[in-house]
Amino acid sequence: MTAKIEVRELVKSYEGKAVLRGVDLAVESHEVVCLIGSSGSGKSTLLKCVNLLVPIDSGQILFDGISITDPRVNPNKVREKMGIVFQAFNLFPHMTVLRNITLGPIKVHQVPPAEAREQAYGLLERFGLADKAEEYPDRLSGGQQQRVAVIRALAGRPELMLFDEVTSALDPELVAEVLNVIRGLKEEGMTMLIATHEMGFARDVADQVYFLDDGVFLESGSPERIFNRPSEPRTRQFLQRIVEAGRL
Amino acid sequence: MSLPPGQLRSPGLWSSLRRPRQREEGARAALVAAASTVAVFGLLAWWVLTSEAWPEVQEQFFNPDHFAAAWPEVLGGFWLNIQMFMVAEVLILVFALVFAMIRALRGPAFFPLRALVIGYIDLIRGLPIILLILLLGFGVPALQLPGVPNSRLFWGLGALVISYSAYTAEVYRAGIESVHESQRMSGRSLGLTQVQSLRYVTVPQAIRNVIPALLNGFVSLQKDVALVFVLGVREAVREAQIYTAGTFNYTSYVAAAVLFLVASIPVARFADWYTERDRRRKQSMGAA
Repeated sequence: MTAKIEVRELVKSYEGKAVLRGVDLAVESHEVVCLIGSSGSGKSTLLKCVNLLVPIDSGQILFDGISITDPRVNPNKVREKMGIVFQAFNLFPHMTVLRNITLGPIKVHQVPPAEAREQAYGLLERFGLADKAEEYPDRLSGGQQQRVAVIRALAGRPELMLFDEVTSALDPELVAEVLNVIRGLKEEGMTMLIATHEMGFARDVADQVYFLDDGVFLESGSPERIFNRPSEPRTRQFLQRIVEAGRL
Repeated sequence: MSLPPGQLRSPGLWSSLRRPRQREEGARAALVAAASTVAVFGLLAWWVLTSEAWPEVQEQFFNPDHFAAAWPEVLGGFWLNIQMFMVAEVLILVFALVFAMIRALRGPAFFPLRALVIGYIDLIRGLPIILLILLLGFGVPALQLPGVPNSRLFWGLGALVISYSAYTAEVYRAGIESVHESQRMSGRSLGLTQVQSLRYVTVPQAIRNVIPALLNGFVSLQKDVALVFVLGVREAVREAQIYTAGTFNYTSYVAAAVLFLVASIPVARFADWYTERDRRRKQSMGAA
């Protein structure tokens, strides 16, 4: 069976500084993969590479077995099939919540505006935000903004969702509402690649966990194995620090 | 800690003339301001009015009869200035935005377009406007090209549009660059093309950020349209010049000056007021 997304020997550097130094990764359909590792280990960069938001140096990324890093591939067509949610929400501040959500469907997927609005209301309702449709993002709490960002990504009916430390910018009491949304998506069978610092969440939700350290995957496996019986000293050291910080 | 938006005092259109603190200091401060204004300007006026040559200058520049006589022609000419300003401003705002958007496009495929725009902006910014007006205004009609307008007014205005578009494109560009990279990224991540992402995500935010600078450009253009007088276009300054040539009296220039002031001061005040309001709004949002 072909993986939904497969990364092969990916190398990416910024201004001569290597961020990803040859990583391999596969996410099967309906699978949830969590990327863990300290800040600066390359998690965000990997997600941006998968979404083709930054050019890669070498290696290959395959979507449904087809190379999307081939220069002949139109990156816009690839992005239409993925949704990404960022750490800082990145909602469009000059648009209402509703317009944030319908922009992609209307302009990219050519959904008739009335239908796009109806779908958006459906999603807002499902995530308990229907009363915020006409608000501007700056009137919403961080948790609400991030849930809107998830809905905006979902509105394009993606086959794969990417999450880039989506709770890192939130007040602690707002983290749960966003994580629960992601849990709900897992139940529906969404394929997801999640970079996170929330180890408890990763242990719950992941089918596989990859530990990224200084641009390479040191180890990967079931959450049960990575969290309880890590084989690499670096992984143990990282998890030890997390436990000491009271985050696991 | 900030007041809720409703409680923020809305600054009056003229209030930015005074420093914010003075507004709170009440009547005494106003009295001091009035007294010192009267003293300073009174002294200046006395100095000028008591000079030996003043009666002659008054006759030459501030003669009420000449003012009245020159007024209709100068006013008629000024109406042309207003029309030129409005037509040119609309064209400038549109062209400049297109140039700025082209400059913001990334990727090697757009290189020729980008290079063309950068070359244009460099070229135009390096030339005095008056030269451009003279060269195009006299040069192009002289070519007598078939199908090309021969009017000096057309080419004079064209020179202004070409020149101002280059500067205004740079204003827009500053605005586009002030919008955070993450906005562009999230636009692209939805599958929007570069142009769509610019149009729906970046540019609306960019324009909001540079409205004060654009208004400043309005004020400047309002006066610079008078430069086409060098082509013999009968706008306000040209009409004033014609009056002077016939009467050897310069009061007509003062009449033209009054008209330009009446038109541009309100725009300048509005620009200040808008900038101040925008600053307050951002402050109150940042504190929320």
